[in-house]
Amino acid sequence: MALVYAGVCSHAPGITGRAERADPQLREPFYAAMHRMGAEIRAARPDALVVVAAEHFANFFMDNMPAYCMGMADHYEGPIEDPDWLGIAPRRFAGAPALSRRLIEAMMADVDLAYAEEWQFDHGIMVPLHFLLPEGDVPIIPVNINCQGPPLTPPARAYAFGRALRKACDAAPERIALIGTGGISHWPATPDSGKINEAWDREFLDRWLANDRVALTGYTDEETWREAGQGGFEIRTFIAVAGAAEGCVGELYCYEPIPIFAVGCTVARMSLVSM
Amino acid sequence: MSLYAVQKLLYNLNRDARVRQRHDDDFEGLLADYDLTDEEREALVEGNIGLLYVMGVNGQLLMHYAALRQYAWDDYIAAMRAGLSRYGPVRHGLYTTTDGQGAV
Repeated sequence: MALVYAGVCSHAPGITGRAERADPQLREPFYAAMHRMGAEIRAARPDALVVVAAEHFANFFMDNMPAYCMGMADHYEGPIEDPDWLGIAPRRFAGAPALSRRLIEAMMADVDLAYAEEWQFDHGIMVPLHFLLPEGDVPIIPVNINCQGPPLTPPARAYAFGRALRKACDAAPERIALIGTGGISHWPATPDSGKINEAWDREFLDRWLANDRVALTGYTDEETWREAGQGGFEIRTFIAVAGAAEGCVGELYCYEPIPIFAVGCTVARMSLVSM
Repeated sequence: MSLYAVQKLLYNLNRDARVRQRHDDDFEGLLADYDLTDEEREALVEGNIGLLYVMGVNGQLLMHYAALRQYAWDDYIAAMRAGLSRYGPVRHGLYTTTDGQGAV
């Protein structure tokens, strides 16, 4: 049928794992924005939710690292992390293998991607789904963009990946929702965890909300690493969603730096109505 | 194969319950399967998060490993800072520290 929803959100493990340590006045509006996005996704009645995430060595390592990979499994499980540490109990998710296969076949006309029939979810997918689909009632199709082990795919290729995903979704009979998870600036898993470059984040979000392809695809890894930390490389997931919504603009539901969550907590949606 | 092998071990340990079981039952045998330097082996035997961080182990691998070793969040951050004090700056990779000022 078509792509029926497109949005982005944060996925940092502290969002659930260190929930009680955040100021409720900052935390609750962010959680409310996540729940709003979840309600919108369910209202869009998707047959599947594609989650474009940046995983953290849950399934892929430097022995065989794909730049892009889409899940093609019957089901998925997570989290790989200690459930008490993440604050999310182990869950099993239905996949949509036949749809995955058709999307992959269609996308291969335009971009290269790997596929995987085994996939364990880490916080990059588990944290968003904890808020967006707590009932687990929508089949999931995971996508990974390598944002951890350089060399990394350039932002322009992430945008093109999103374009190809949109084309494939629009050619499928199913209703498909899409979210990208990750970034924006953060220095996770270092002694600086909690540092956030709000000015850089807001500039990036302005570009994302305007779907400014030239600006979004102009980021270099050297600049991103310097200004936005290792976690900044995850802007690729947001850029892919912008590519899937090319010609459309976005709306920001939440941006709130919450240091104990180690990220500027973000929820935003693309309209999918071309300007 | 320095650094690659220790990261590969942590990757397998973090994601595979059978490797975790072997970590508990046959640690020496598990370590022997990887081409580790003496320093890497010692860091793993000690569970020395600070030294692993300074060596340049990817921060995401190390964060998950610290959780597996039941480090509380503040203790994990403190262990990395202690590593910097004891062993010097991060030697390799992307997960260097900047100003060392975080949320905790």
